[in-house]
Amino acid sequence: MSDMAIVSPIRTLQRLPGVAIVLVLLIALFGAIAPGFLSAANLSNVLVQSTILTMLALPMTLIIMTEGIDLSMGAVLTLTSLCVAIVSLATTSMLLGLCAAVLVGTVFGLANGWLVAIAKIPPFVATLATLGMAHGLSLIVSDGQSVVGIPHSVRDIYSAHLLGIPVPILMGVASYGVFHGLLYHTRFGTYVFALGGNREALRYAGLSPTRLLITVYAIGGLMAGVAGLLMTARMNSGHPTAGLGLEFDAIAAVAVGGTSFERGNGWLLGTLLGVLAVGVLRNGLNLISLPSSVQVASVGVLVIAAMFLDGLRSRA
Amino acid sequence: MSDVAKPAPLPQWSFLSQNAAQLFYRLLAAFLICLVLSVLSESFLSLGNILNVLRQASLTFFIASGLTLVVLTAGLDLSVGANVALSACLAGTVIHQTGSPVLGILTGLAAGGTVGLMNGVMVTAMRIPSFIATYGMLWVLNGVTYWYMAGETIHGFPAGFRQIGSGYFLGLPIPVYLLLVFLAIGSFFAQRTTWGQEIYAIGANPVAARLSGIPVNRRLLLVYTVSGTMAGLASIIFLSRLNSAEADIGESLTLPAIAAVLIGGTSLFGGVGTIFGTFVGSLILTLVLNGMNLLSINANWQPLVTGIIVIIAVWLDMKTRRPTA
Repeated sequence: MSDMAIVSPIRTLQRLPGVAIVLVLLIALFGAIAPGFLSAANLSNVLVQSTILTMLALPMTLIIMTEGIDLSMGAVLTLTSLCVAIVSLATTSMLLGLCAAVLVGTVFGLANGWLVAIAKIPPFVATLATLGMAHGLSLIVSDGQSVVGIPHSVRDIYSAHLLGIPVPILMGVASYGVFHGLLYHTRFGTYVFALGGNREALRYAGLSPTRLLITVYAIGGLMAGVAGLLMTARMNSGHPTAGLGLEFDAIAAVAVGGTSFERGNGWLLGTLLGVLAVGVLRNGLNLISLPSSVQVASVGVLVIAAMFLDGLRSRA
Repeated sequence: MSDVAKPAPLPQWSFLSQNAAQLFYRLLAAFLICLVLSVLSESFLSLGNILNVLRQASLTFFIASGLTLVVLTAGLDLSVGANVALSACLAGTVIHQTGSPVLGILTGLAAGGTVGLMNGVMVTAMRIPSFIATYGMLWVLNGVTYWYMAGETIHGFPAGFRQIGSGYFLGLPIPVYLLLVFLAIGSFFAQRTTWGQEIYAIGANPVAARLSGIPVNRRLLLVYTVSGTMAGLASIIFLSRLNSAEADIGESLTLPAIAAVLIGGTSLFGGVGTIFGTFVGSLILTLVLNGMNLLSINANWQPLVTGIIVIIAVWLDMKTRRPTA
């Protein structure tokens, strides 16, 4: 009995999500050392800046749950962001720009899904190759230059408020709602869990794992398209390298959020907390005027640490 | 009985290849590309251009040859490009501070090797999947390099040092000699030594390798360290060729290196492939990119084409191997 008494608090602590601890620690740390970190304006800023990352990290969670990865997301986001800029510049219509971006993003997502599910190329290499292709296309369509002079209707999305709340935050919350519903309250969500955990079971149930897998990657591309609109609105231009490397922040958020790379366990709320952890880390380091290079390196360390802990936990 | 009837160990008559037919197709592809390019462009067959292709191919080969060993163990090292950048910047600083190219070269090799060793520790001791470990390392290295350089460029190195990358000996660029040396060493190591064969065994079946007494973790450490050191070597060649070091020089190197390995017929699933194949892969990739240059296709097309080539190479490889797998 006395053993139980000692073990149970440790158990509880182990079960407490690590990402929540990380987030609280980071907020406490920067609250103490970074001037102005805890101000309402700055916290709202962190949330607004995290929306693009949220839109990538949510589908990335699904992809990683299927034991896959999408390294092309940042490059595809860059390409779709350029699509928004170019199309809205040519037609002065924000909606057409968004449609073009979603179309291009989804095509890339479908291509990733095809390469992984049908050509059976390992996801790391398949999406690294499509990263190269999306990056190349970005350079080609923009000729390596920024696309400037985009219409106000695009720019206003990023700065607009609805009921006193910045629109990007609302879009982030809406995305989370959609993905939460999709993953936990639809059959498709259950199948996504099975894709990572037990693919054979899907086949026995008469479902096509191939088609499901392609759908998961296509959703990733689609979200990169939507996020492309926000990126263009935020930069007020299309830039051929704007989103490169963002996939790494997304993967970091998923890894820190406790989604496992090998067992088909996903936790969407964890990903959201992971996004906030990455956002707080970058914002805090920025406030104590460390350059973005240090931020990149810290996120790298964060990922390696999260993967190490994940490995330890899975062996325990 | 059927267990006994499994294919016998491949004959060791050639140190070049485990599979002569696979290699033949690749050489044929390289030859066809040459043929097409010599028709399309008059300057392709000029001596200057051929030497240029060889020198370019050698740069890709240095990175790709170390990477080949990693891929043979069914791993991947995504940090090679970032490793080249960091090693080049450190080596450049040392040469500037001390004026000694020798110290600079040693620094570059040591930096590359240390990064490789850290990758190896993450994969073995910390048991992080190699893709993720080296992907995290890629961003750590990028961050450190940009922070260290702070937007500066180091340029202007002693003439003797610059000879390594841009000099000639008996009419051939010096990197080509280095290429031949490392091609010989690499092929001999992989095909003719016990350690090399153990690396193939680990890639083909890690459990069987462990059960048969191969020190898997030590071999993996070695493989990642070699990959890092070769990136360090490539950084020296780059440094002396470009005569300058910047934080972003590694960004466009990883995908071509992986492409060269895969075009060369090394399987992503481990256990199959040769260093010589990677040499042919480097040559094919360089020929294609060189051809695009000669036909004055904008350099912006290169990442797109490289990506397509990677996919075609992996796909062809899996198509041709599937019946035996």
